[in-house]
Amino acid sequence: MMQETLPQLNPTPGAGHSDANAAAEPLVRIEGLTIGFPDETGERFVPVVEDAGFVVHRNEILGLVGESGSGKTQTSMAILGLTRRPGKVMAGHVIVDGVDVVGLDEAGLRRVRGRKAAMIFQSPRTSLNPLMTVGDQVARVYVRQRGMNRRAARAEALAMLRRVGIAGAERVAGSYPHQLSGGMAQRVMIGMMVACGPDLLIADEPTTGLDVTIQAQIFELIQQVQAEARMSVLLITHDLGVVAETCHRVAVMQGGRVVEIAPVEELFARPRHPYTVRLLGAMLRPDRPSGDTQEPDPLPERLDIEVGGRRYEAVSVDAWAAAGVGLPMTIEVAPGHFVLCHEREDGADAAETER
Amino acid sequence: MTDYPAANAPLLDVTNLQHTFQTGAGRVFAVNGVSFRIDAGEAVGLVGESGSGKSTVAKCLVRLLEPSGGSMRFRGADITHMNERSFRPLRSQIQMVFQDPTMSLNPRLTVRQTLSEPLRLHKTATNGNLEARLHDLMGLVNLDRRLLGRQPHQLSGGQKQRVGIARAIATNPAFVVLDEPTASLDMSIRIQIISLLRRLQDELGMTYLFISHDLSTVRHLCNRVIVMYLGQVVEEGPVEEIFTNPKHPYTQALLSAVPIPDPARRGQRRRIVLPGETPHLTAPIVGCPLADRCPYVMPACRQGTIPFFDIEPGGHRAACLLYAEDRDAVAIDGSAESARVSRSEASGRTGSD
Ligand SMILES: Nc1ncnc2c1ncn2[C@@H]1O[C@H](COP(=O)(O)OP(=O)(O)OP(=O)(O)O)[C@@H](O)[C@H]1O
Ligand SMILES: Nc1ncnc2c1ncn2[C@@H]1O[C@H](COP(=O)(O)OP(=O)(O)OP(=O)(O)O)[C@@H](O)[C@H]1O
Ligand SMILES: [Mg+2]
Ligand SMILES: [Mg+2]
Repeated sequence: MMQETLPQLNPTPGAGHSDANAAAEPLVRIEGLTIGFPDETGERFVPVVEDAGFVVHRNEILGLVGESGSGKTQTSMAILGLTRRPGKVMAGHVIVDGVDVVGLDEAGLRRVRGRKAAMIFQSPRTSLNPLMTVGDQVARVYVRQRGMNRRAARAEALAMLRRVGIAGAERVAGSYPHQLSGGMAQRVMIGMMVACGPDLLIADEPTTGLDVTIQAQIFELIQQVQAEARMSVLLITHDLGVVAETCHRVAVMQGGRVVEIAPVEELFARPRHPYTVRLLGAMLRPDRPSGDTQEPDPLPERLDIEVGGRRYEAVSVDAWAAAGVGLPMTIEVAPGHFVLCHEREDGADAAETER
Repeated sequence: MTDYPAANAPLLDVTNLQHTFQTGAGRVFAVNGVSFRIDAGEAVGLVGESGSGKSTVAKCLVRLLEPSGGSMRFRGADITHMNERSFRPLRSQIQMVFQDPTMSLNPRLTVRQTLSEPLRLHKTATNGNLEARLHDLMGLVNLDRRLLGRQPHQLSGGQKQRVGIARAIATNPAFVVLDEPTASLDMSIRIQIISLLRRLQDELGMTYLFISHDLSTVRHLCNRVIVMYLGQVVEEGPVEEIFTNPKHPYTQALLSAVPIPDPARRGQRRRIVLPGETPHLTAPIVGCPLADRCPYVMPACRQGTIPFFDIEPGGHRAACLLYAEDRDAVAIDGSAESARVSRSEASGRTGSD
């Protein structure tokens, strides 16, 4: 794997907000991460995430966006060592607060999960225990993670349910997950994870299924706990409005690859990878009238990029095979703005002299 | 096609629908007197507060839940309490995409089995062309046909969601209830799904009830929107009317909360925050469901049933006393109530007067 190009994926810290803390080692550093599943024959592993890399700084909200099926959930599960069999991490490192999660044993993983990193899943109801009331489930977090006694934990659990905007918290605490609307189940889940007090909160589409009023409340809540606890948040979402309003930096995935990373303003103003251009172009503006929801015009699959006199091109991942491109590399096109590129043949000469 | 009991009836006519859940902790009044109608070929958006009863309405429509009151007519035929046998011929005509794809797909079936089932059951495909139709369906929802052999746990969230959509449209139903069908899809696939739904609407006359929190998608797909709050409809109207001229204070708050995808405008959006929390529906609501949180609340808002007032011709109506013609009388004297209750009965259905 192209390890030599990977360090470039770790941008100068503090993008999005200058902060003394930002100079420190990032909380999470993912390098060359490749996750595979066996194909139908069971003989070969097919990567669903390939050579992915990015960092999550302390005290920042990093957005992770991209194609459905591009590997966002798999990547974030790998941070918690949750890759499920028959899938496996085939290569790379996931360093969380100095500890490489890849290859870590269960005891080690337990030390990471909860206090260091906690995850809110895409589908809340399936990750809540159907046989336990939601109040008990939240209280259990306080008992396990914070060592509280049962009574204190109960009181904290109720307070947390109120904090995430649940009406009639006492009554809801006594309900089972299936009795909750989709929105309420998700709020319970968020309360449970925030209760862990993690350094990194991974939120995988945390407001899918919530109305925008509650969505706004939840993001305010996440932003608030993030700022108070100086926590890091990895936020996976398809909602570019949410990204624009909450994230400091954004990583974009397509076809198992991280294709672009940039501070949020920079990404929206100057997307450089064809997939990002397509994604941002496909935006339905809630503040604009309908009528022109045509399928977007086919956009270019290759875009030229020039940095320091060397020429590269960024190629849509689904066109790699047809384009017959070689190994990709990550190029910094502007401070903190990284794009997955290929060297152009006519740019190769310039590259030669650098060796 | 089957003969229609009443040829000019709306495709779907829902009147005063109610549903109450019995739980260990008491009853939950999830849907309280919801009325609307949908004409063939329409795409109607159903939006509103989380927990306001949208999915419950949907499940009543496809007969997964038995309404506790009111009636539902499909092509003029009363389906409210129809037994399974009489309803069976309609099953292929009324389909649903479920909110939570993980819960609604059978975990043991492969995508191929999940999609073949409705095709066989409703004899939409013969053994000869089954495989072709499966490939066709996968293509329509933009899924790689190699996923046909996979089980749900081997798929990403958005892939499962598209299997749910493919299953619902497999039999070319007349009416599809889509409950949050695009929530887990990225923007470019979301647009492809909208285009697909539009195409099926144009070519086959498919009709949709589209439930979503994604108001941009609603704005771009639907011709009409119904807004629910706490088990009731509070406003409805043509889509552009609702988005540019929302009248009910709940609709106004809802629309003001939509995030705008433009970091340059971060922090500039003026969100209308309703004070307080959503009360829980452990008792039927008297008066306006928003009364406790509404900045414009008047004494009369806490009494009787709030009728619909026409805002614009063309079906834009809001159940809010701010729009009573006789507003001064309402604000000053709550006893104007009796007159309005009778009006509420008259305007209980769309298009009355
Ligand atoms: N058990 C499995 N066997 C084979 N492939 C799998 C399995 N689980 C997941 N995959 C594949 O891995 C890829 C990445 O999935 P992942 O859930 O990470 O996508 P995602 O980016 O989160 O998508 P979405 O936005 O739709 O949630 C998908 O193409 C999926 O089909
Ligand atoms: N099986 C059930 N038992 C008891 N209460 C239920 C059940 N299903 C739903 N409810 C309650 O009924 C009300 C309406 O729920 P419903 O799922 O219809 O809301 P919704 O509008 O679809 O919400 P969301 O946008 O969150 O999906 C909620 O208060 C919910 O808690
Ligand atoms: Mg996912
Ligand atoms: Mg619902």
